Order: sequence, then structure tokens, then C-alpha cells
Amino acid sequence: MVRKNVVDGVSLTINQGEIFSILGPNGAGKTTLLRMLSTQLPVDGGTASIFNYDVSKQPEQVRRIIGMTGQFTTIDNDLTAMENMEIIGRLNGLSRKQALSRADELLERFSLTNVKAKELSAFSGGMRRRLDLASSLMTHPRLIILDEPTTGLDPITRSEMWNTIRQLVNEGSTVLLTTQYLEEADQLADHIAIIRNGKVMAQGTPNDLKNLIGDTHLEIRYDNKHQMRDAQRIISGHLPSTHISRSSESDTLILNMKESTDMLDLLNHLHDLNLTPDEFSTSKPSLDDVFVRIVSQDTGKADKAIGK
Amino acid sequence: MTTTFPTTAQTTTLSPIITLMKDTITLAKRSLLKLKHNPGALVDVILLPIIFMIMFTYLFGGAVAGSATKYLATVVPGVVAFALLMASSNSGTQLREDIETGVFDRFKSLPIARMAPLTGMLTADIIRYAIASLFAVAAGYIMGWRPQAGFGWVLLANLLVIFVMWCVSWVFALIGVLVKSSGTISALSTLTTMVLGFVSNAIVPIDTLPAVLRAFARINPVTYLVDAYRVMVTQGILGDEALAALLAGGMTLMVFIPLTAIFYHKKI
Repeated sequence: MVRKNVVDGVSLTINQGEIFSILGPNGAGKTTLLRMLSTQLPVDGGTASIFNYDVSKQPEQVRRIIGMTGQFTTIDNDLTAMENMEIIGRLNGLSRKQALSRADELLERFSLTNVKAKELSAFSGGMRRRLDLASSLMTHPRLIILDEPTTGLDPITRSEMWNTIRQLVNEGSTVLLTTQYLEEADQLADHIAIIRNGKVMAQGTPNDLKNLIGDTHLEIRYDNKHQMRDAQRIISGHLPSTHISRSSESDTLILNMKESTDMLDLLNHLHDLNLTPDEFSTSKPSLDDVFVRIVSQDTGKADKAIGK
Repeated sequence: MTTTFPTTAQTTTLSPIITLMKDTITLAKRSLLKLKHNPGALVDVILLPIIFMIMFTYLFGGAVAGSATKYLATVVPGVVAFALLMASSNSGTQLREDIETGVFDRFKSLPIARMAPLTGMLTADIIRYAIASLFAVAAGYIMGWRPQAGFGWVLLANLLVIFVMWCVSWVFALIGVLVKSSGTISALSTLTTMVLGFVSNAIVPIDTLPAVLRAFARINPVTYLVDAYRVMVTQGILGDEALAALLAGGMTLMVFIPLTAIFYHKKI
């Protein structure tokens, strides 16, 4: 339903009624991407469309169907919660009466009714975020865009925010959010795109992404550098399709293995060649591994990692 | 799961002018609410005119005019112009602050007229100026100022100053669009107020000034504006100075509205 081509021409498609998460390190281009989609910045490469409206050519229509909550407080500190919401409602084309009743409804839902007449300067970070989100829901937007909705929130408030986001999707909205937290993307998102330097490095369901780096990690450590180099050469020859990387201390080889029999076979083979590892262990990959792998490696290796 | 999109927002497209007016009013209301909740902002428009009146009258009154009461005819028009000049950078500063805090990003993602955040602030400025001029005049009245032409002409003269300073606020709006930080605007505003406000006939007669300053004070628009005010409230006529001030204001608008709009759309 929602399609966009990011700066370098890589295309993301977001399905209606899902939560799509953009994951990336600081400076990856997450916020820029969202600002482009919400018509705050011009789309300078390719095209983007939301519910068949072209973001560059039909910004007015796009603004009517999206609700955007930025990373920084996008509401007025000097005004009360109710005044903020009324003004945003009015700017969305609601009448005063409609704006007030919708604001009441949303404040109730976000448990902010008791502070609706308070100025925002008295609000906690969590309350502010809730109000920020509530304000972007004034007109039942079809696409809700959230830029790091839980950054800076405590764990309890964060899980409340997660529930709220899930609820919005249950009610028929589509949510596009960015996050730096892998756990958050894993918990919430139906689809994830990992971006870096404005490029999509990998995308898919959380499971797809985990599968990208194999089912299991085999980690092999040698005290002797020579032995390790020999082992790496042997492994490349023995199991050419296996992805091999080195740990940051570069005394450990990390292998992505599909089958446990391959693992046993490989260890036996190394043992026969007098290259028995000083230590070895296995582990299940997490989304962190995918992220760290993709983000820390240079572009060429990352492409290999995601099977290009 | 049923999917409903009860979009209550307008689906018909209003004409751009109507949208701009509607959104301008909403955002002007926002600026006024900010004023209401943030009494610090009222210092500008209430406390400052009163303090200027008291300070200038009792500091300079005896020296300049022989007595504080005689000086009032000179100083009330001067303070009205001075106080409004000081407040005229408000929209420029406010615009920068909204951009800095992120509020502006929210506006940009809403289906509103592009210029409305700025025009809203500028519209609210008219109310601010009205408050400031009212308090300056009221302080003058309490101190014994009784203009010959009566308060009907005072009202007209205030409207003239409000109009001219509103034109000036478009200049600061353009500066707000162009510079990087709100601090820059404040600094520029202070400089402008000091130079244009003091080197004019607003507070003191210009006859005794050194030649260079006198020449500057003669061509200073504030001098014309204050002269216009004095003529209006003493003689009850719209003198040449008033017409010149209106003309200058109109010309400022003709230059700065399009200029501000162009750079606003380009840079913000």
C-alpha cells in the first residue's frame, strides 16, 4: 500500500495495517527518511507515495492522511494539553467542537484527562510523548509515522507505548516507526528495514533477518594466530558457502552454520589436521547479531552477509 | 477486523486564501495563548512601556523640558514608538524558536497553508502592539498627559504607530527566515532599537545633537513617525509626516512581504 524509493533507489513497501520498523544507527538517515515521507523535506531522489498519493506532487493530500510525531517535542510547552490538541485539530480542518471532543476522547485514552488543563512544562517525558502521539491522532490518520517513539522512556512507559502502538494497528492504522532498539523492532514490527548511510542494508520479517546470518553461530578460538589463519583457510575450502567473520579481538572465528552435522564434521576435520581449537562454543543469533554484523562491517561484506 | 477511516478532516479543498486566513487565525490564537500562559512575554508589552514612561519622564523631564509634566507631550509619542520598535522583532525570534524546538516540524506535516505559522505570529503581533501602546498612553495619562486634540486622535495616532511597526516586524520576519539562531535576531533587534530609538526625536529634541547624529536623526523613520504622532494628538490633523509614515510603511510591506514569502518557501 505504501511504497517509497529511498535516496539510492532501494524500494521499501509497507503493507496496510502493519508495523514497519526502520532500524539503524545514529546518522543512518532514519529521521531524514521520515521527514521526507511526511513532506517536511523534499524527496531529492526517486519517488515516494503513500496510499497512492505522490509525496512530492500531492503533499496536501498526504498531509491529510498521515500523523507524524517527531523525535523532539513537537508541541508547545507554554500551552496546556487541551490547547495544544485543539490547535492541532483546528489546523487539521476540524471545527472547534469536533477538535474539543476528539481531544477529550484521546486524552482519556492516553490517561491524560486529569492533566488536560496543565501546561506542558509540568509534564514528565512519558506524558509528553503520549500527548505528542495523541496529537497526531486527531484526524484518525491512515498512516502514523513515529520517529523514535520510545527514546528516553523508562521501561514501564516504553511497554505502555508499545501496547498503544499495537492497539492503533488493531484499529486499522498503519504504523511506520524508527528505533535504535533492536528489542523494540523485534517485539513490535511485522517488517524491519535496516538502514545505514541512507541505504537499505537488509529488510524482511524479524525471522527473515535472523535467518540471514544462519541458524546458529559456531565460535572457534585459537591462542596461536598462525593456527587461526590456517584454520580459516581450511574452513573456507571445506565449507565454501559458510560465512566467516572475526571477532573484534580477532582471536575468534565466527561461523554461520545451518546444520549441526556440519559443525561436528568441521570440528572433526580440524582435529584430524591438528588444528583443534583451544575453545569453541555455539550460540543462537539474535537480531542484535544481524544489526551489529550489518552495521559494523563495510558495505561489501555486509552485502555478502545478506546474500547479495 | 473492520477498517474504518472516519476522516473528519475537510476533504474539499478550500481556496488557498481562505485556508491561509483560517490557519492564520488559529495560529494567531496560539501565539496569544502563549502570551497568556507565559507572563514573561508580557514584560515586553506591559511592563516595558510603563517603565519607559516613568524613567524617561522623571530622568529627562526636568533637564529637557523644564518639568516632568511639560515633557509628557514630547515623551509619550516617543515611548509609544520606542516600545513598539522594541517588540517588533517578536515574530522573527518566535519563528526561529519554533524551528529550534521542533514545533515547526509538526506544522509542516499538517495540511495547513505554508505561510500560516508566520502570518499567525504577525497577526498576534498586532494585539501585542495594541497592548503596549495602550499601556504607554495610560501611564502618560496617569502622569498628567492631556493631549489637546483629545483621545480620539490618540487612538488614531496609536493605530498609525501599530501599522508602521507591523511593517517593521515583516523585516524582522525576513531576518528570522534567513539567520541561523534566535540569538542573532535578539542582538540585531537590540542594536536597531538602540540606534533608531535613541538617535531620533523620540526622547530628546535633535537640535542640540552633533552634526552627524543630527543628520541621521533627521532621516531616521522613527523621527517622522514620532513627529506624525505629535502633530496628530496636538493639532488633530493628519499631517505630511503621517502620510509619509503610511507611505513608507506601505512600501516596506510591498518589498518585504514578497521577499519574506520567497525565502520562507525556499529555506523553511
